[in-house]
Amino acid sequence: MNIVVCIKQVPDAESVKWDRKTGTLIRDGVKSVINPFDYHAIEAALTLKDKLGGKVTAVTMGPPQAQDAIREAMSMGVDEGVVVSDRAFAGADTLATTYTLSKAIRKLGDVDAVFCGKQAIDGDTAQVGPGLAVRLGLPCVTYASHMEILHGGKGLRIRRMSESGFDVVEVEFPVVVTVLSSLNVPRVPSLKGKMRAKKADIPLWSAADIEASPEKIGLSGSPTKVYSTFIPTFEAKREFIEGEPEEQAGALVERLKEAGII
Amino acid sequence: MANVNYFLSEEQQMIVDLARQIAVEKIIPVRARLDETEEFPWDIMKDLAQADLFGLYIPEEYGGLGGGCFENCLAVEQLAYGCIAVTTTFAASALGGYPIVMFGTDDQKKKYLPDIASGERLAAFGLTEAGAGSDAAGIKTTAVEDGDYWVLNGTKQWITSGGEAEIYTIIALTDKNKGARGASAFIVEKGDEGFSFGKKERKMGLRASATRELIFNNCRIPKDRLLGRRGLGFIIAMRTLDLARPGIGAIGVGLSQAALDESVTYARQRVQFGQPIISFQAVQHMLADMATQTEAARALVYAVARTIDSGEKDISKISAMAKLFPTDVAMKVTTDAVQILGGYGYMKDYPVEKMMRDAKILQIYEGTNQIQRNVIGQALNKEYARR
Repeated sequence: MNIVVCIKQVPDAESVKWDRKTGTLIRDGVKSVINPFDYHAIEAALTLKDKLGGKVTAVTMGPPQAQDAIREAMSMGVDEGVVVSDRAFAGADTLATTYTLSKAIRKLGDVDAVFCGKQAIDGDTAQVGPGLAVRLGLPCVTYASHMEILHGGKGLRIRRMSESGFDVVEVEFPVVVTVLSSLNVPRVPSLKGKMRAKKADIPLWSAADIEASPEKIGLSGSPTKVYSTFIPTFEAKREFIEGEPEEQAGALVERLKEAGII
Repeated sequence: MANVNYFLSEEQQMIVDLARQIAVEKIIPVRARLDETEEFPWDIMKDLAQADLFGLYIPEEYGGLGGGCFENCLAVEQLAYGCIAVTTTFAASALGGYPIVMFGTDDQKKKYLPDIASGERLAAFGLTEAGAGSDAAGIKTTAVEDGDYWVLNGTKQWITSGGEAEIYTIIALTDKNKGARGASAFIVEKGDEGFSFGKKERKMGLRASATRELIFNNCRIPKDRLLGRRGLGFIIAMRTLDLARPGIGAIGVGLSQAALDESVTYARQRVQFGQPIISFQAVQHMLADMATQTEAARALVYAVARTIDSGEKDISKISAMAKLFPTDVAMKVTTDAVQILGGYGYMKDYPVEKMMRDAKILQIYEGTNQIQRNVIGQALNKEYARR
């Protein structure tokens, strides 16, 4: 099995601050961490490798310091990794990102499975997994919450969550899967993994290395324009109803009647 | 603000970071539940196995990482920051494994160490009996040669991980009349004929660790399970305990650090008489003593562990010191933590009451702190006689 896991380095949600004037994240001095959902994608990839054998490669697009994310993935058991890194990639939206990642994955050769977290906690689009599947011409199963290997190891049976419930789908390899945190419990790193990761040579692939067309990457490949970002403010009327539970319930019913809801 | 620099190597720092990560992510969220239910922490044992930590002290040729006493201390200190019951379960496997590392034949090492190193099987150590605690020489369990077998009879008491572990190092009498040379060490496996377990003990603290009797009723084991030579039993036991005692000290350090962290955090938040209680000197002085004693304990453990790893042979005195001081400190620091948290500290909603209950065992197991003082005192007597 040739398994790929796509990961992203994001600002640590616990230490990130917001500049209210400019409406942007203050990234200075903020620790970068692996996107929380991506740990579950790594675990899914490693579980598949544990059962079917093969190799897991982690791929990320970002600045050279994204090598830290690859090293962390390797400390958990990922075999190797690559950072797709080039100033020309800067400003990429999901359209350009999926193009760039798909070129990198193609350079890795034929893949059997690609795992992604359901979305990144900074952009929150959930578009990269499905977009990548389109670029690679592979079937895509999103929001996986349970996964088992089909008899004979030819594919996967996946429970995918939707707003109205869940679907159970069977899909043959090769496939792109985006995962929820309920899919698994990510394993802890191992000491041997940490030592190996520390010494590992993690290549940086430029736009030229992956033979990317300049007009499809970075800002020029990104039709998305951000007009403004802001913190939503909550201005609706709020009221705390006090008293004993019976009184509270009675008062609540009154309010709902007044509002014409019941 | 500077912290004491212990000049850890890159690998040692990795051990610290990894063990702390497991304590924070895997142990702390479940420790209160494990304490309440007395459930054996199998899930965490699997995490520790995945992390390669069971193999820290085991030579690389047998699947370990080839670390020493110091690396083991670094790991258990951080795990103990989370929960010392879980840590004791982890450390007990090393206590069962050390005798095989130090005295096993190549065949015995090949057979047992890779499984212990990978965490596939837990190990345990059986010396204590109902009538033989501090007086280890009072053991009654016997091992008698019978053709190609040894036949064991007797009962070991309060054995950590008893019933859960699969590989046991057992000290039994082989020549009742030979005194200190009358005991031998054996490897007994769970499932061996005539080997069973007593009921699980209910304890004041350390409740997630399993403590049971080991019962040998005409337990027949093959000849090649003898560890070292016949008559070496007490020497093997003492060498094992000498090597393990700094680890108990390190558990005390980790526990003290956890209690200190809880105390300072609470004292900064708790407001009485219109100000946070940390602004009162009475509280500040307690915290200052707790922090200073914890650091002193850490420095002692690290220095002794490094001395042991440098190849020093006669380590009984320093090893006893590295167990005695940090565990007395842990008892004091956890007791003071409960005092600083006051009524809240006494409640199960806060973690310090468990820390205080747990701390008590550190002054008792692996040789009571009175026995540690005996060891140190006797060593001093010998040392000064030579002057």
